Amino acid sequence: MTAPFDPHEHPHRHPDERQLPSLEDRAVADPEHARSHASVWLTGVTAGYDHRAALETVDLAVEPGTLLAIVGPNGAGKSTLLKLMAGLLEPWDGRIEVLGDSPGRQARRIAYVPQAELVDWAFPVTVGDVVMMGRYPALGPLRRPGPRDRAAVTRALEQVGMAEHRSVQIGQLSGGQRRRVFLARALAADPDLYLLDEPVTGVDPTTQEELMDLLEAEARRGKTVIATTHDLACAAQRFQKVATVNRRIVAHGPASLVLDPNVLAATYGGHLLLLGGQAVVLDDAHHHDQPSGREPHFHEDGPR
Amino acid sequence: MIEALLDPLGYDFFVRALLAAVVVGTVCAVVGTFVVLRGIAFIGDAVAHASFPGVVAAYLLAIPFYLGAAVAAIATALAIGYVTRRARIRADTAIGVLFAGTFAFGVFLYSTIEGYVADLFSFLFGYLLSIDLSDLIALTALGGVVLLIVGVFWKELLYATFDPQGAAASGLRVAWLEYLFLALVALTIVISLQAVGIILVVAMLVTPAAAAQLLTVRFGSLMALAIVLAVASSVAGLYLSFWLDVASGATIVLVQTALFLAILVLSPRTRLRRRFRRAATAGA
Repeated sequence: MTAPFDPHEHPHRHPDERQLPSLEDRAVADPEHARSHASVWLTGVTAGYDHRAALETVDLAVEPGTLLAIVGPNGAGKSTLLKLMAGLLEPWDGRIEVLGDSPGRQARRIAYVPQAELVDWAFPVTVGDVVMMGRYPALGPLRRPGPRDRAAVTRALEQVGMAEHRSVQIGQLSGGQRRRVFLARALAADPDLYLLDEPVTGVDPTTQEELMDLLEAEARRGKTVIATTHDLACAAQRFQKVATVNRRIVAHGPASLVLDPNVLAATYGGHLLLLGGQAVVLDDAHHHDQPSGREPHFHEDGPR
Repeated sequence: MIEALLDPLGYDFFVRALLAAVVVGTVCAVVGTFVVLRGIAFIGDAVAHASFPGVVAAYLLAIPFYLGAAVAAIATALAIGYVTRRARIRADTAIGVLFAGTFAFGVFLYSTIEGYVADLFSFLFGYLLSIDLSDLIALTALGGVVLLIVGVFWKELLYATFDPQGAAASGLRVAWLEYLFLALVALTIVISLQAVGIILVVAMLVTPAAAAQLLTVRFGSLMALAIVLAVASSVAGLYLSFWLDVASGATIVLVQTALFLAILVLSPRTRLRRRFRRAATAGA
């Protein structure tokens, strides 16, 4: 185990702040302090599509080096929240800062991975092509990828264990391999902020563990990782922080505190069953690229 | 056999037509590859029809037809881009409205002219064999501009076509790239008008790339194959139309369509693709 990461590697020191339990507690006392430290900072944000609001008056501050899971039922606004952070959607109201700037201004320091079902898997690109796209924004027009870019692609593919699939067309990959490739694209960009929409949905348990190990390592390096997930067990076990969302932030904090039955009941409403002290989510339509027919899905080893 | 191939080359008009067919085939294949991958063939057809009022207006104002067609086509392409991004109606509905409305305006303008009947037919269906040197130079220059812009923004266009959201989130100006691409489609259509005309131009744009898509899963080889198929079928179609003394634009499109159907039936990839799709839906 490496030394614990110090998220406050900036010129002014705050000697006693590591004793404070979490940024969120300070945020209540001093919102400006939270803002100056946050990778992602939202206040009073309302947003949606056409005339339908997907999120209402959301406040959220995410410290650098955080591994944050966003959980909540379908249609709760998880993806909307990521899109707001990525600058893909304009909020109707409220303010957002991402990496100390307005959304989209620091885009080259951000890697966004869309949900698997939004990707055209028949598209004529290879695994290597997709990962190389992670290098495109920094290259700019005219410049062709060089040896450094190819080396970065190789390294990213090795990290996700896909090096031998470099010249395979993406449609020929399994669901887990597809997620690995998109994570490799994000890694190749070497961003400061990862915004991942369902990165471990529909993948086998081994892949899930390996991808989570990678994300954990990135967070330890000081990168901020924000991922939506349907998997409460994964959120509880593998993420450091959790935000539960249902059109608003229901709770936000350390995974162990947030994933308690009362919070989950407030987040999931009728989709949650409490059985013998364990939460069971009766959520529909997830694990999209794993049509196992096992719906509804039971997370048997739910949060403790 | 050799004579049948060489004889037409004795005619200057045939050589000009041949060169024009090669240029048009190449530019259409390059831009068409992106059109097919984006699934915007309908937009290409709409922009082609929208260029008609520009052509007629250019005639009325006695300016080069390229200028009129380019203004009308680019304006419509950008309007379609804006409508699909901003408007609260479905994109295909808006395109359908623009499509018919602009073409009707062209017919309206046209009906104010007397004695323009023969030229109407050539604008609707192409007049490759009567292309003159200045037209050939103009379309080669315009085609060069289109290819140059695609060359400069190759990576960006590819990323924005494959994953517009990922590209936008990582700092590519996807909206700007989309308008740029629609303008390139409009210019490509203007270049192709003389070869195959307004009605058939969408085939030049879509058919070679669609046929190539049945043969490869690599982006680079897809575009290269599309160029080969487009140029080969343009040249073959031109010769056929010369030998049989039939409309050149329609013959080129028929050759392309025949090639597409032959590949569809014979390609091992089509069977393979169907197997992939079945595997994907059955639980990959």
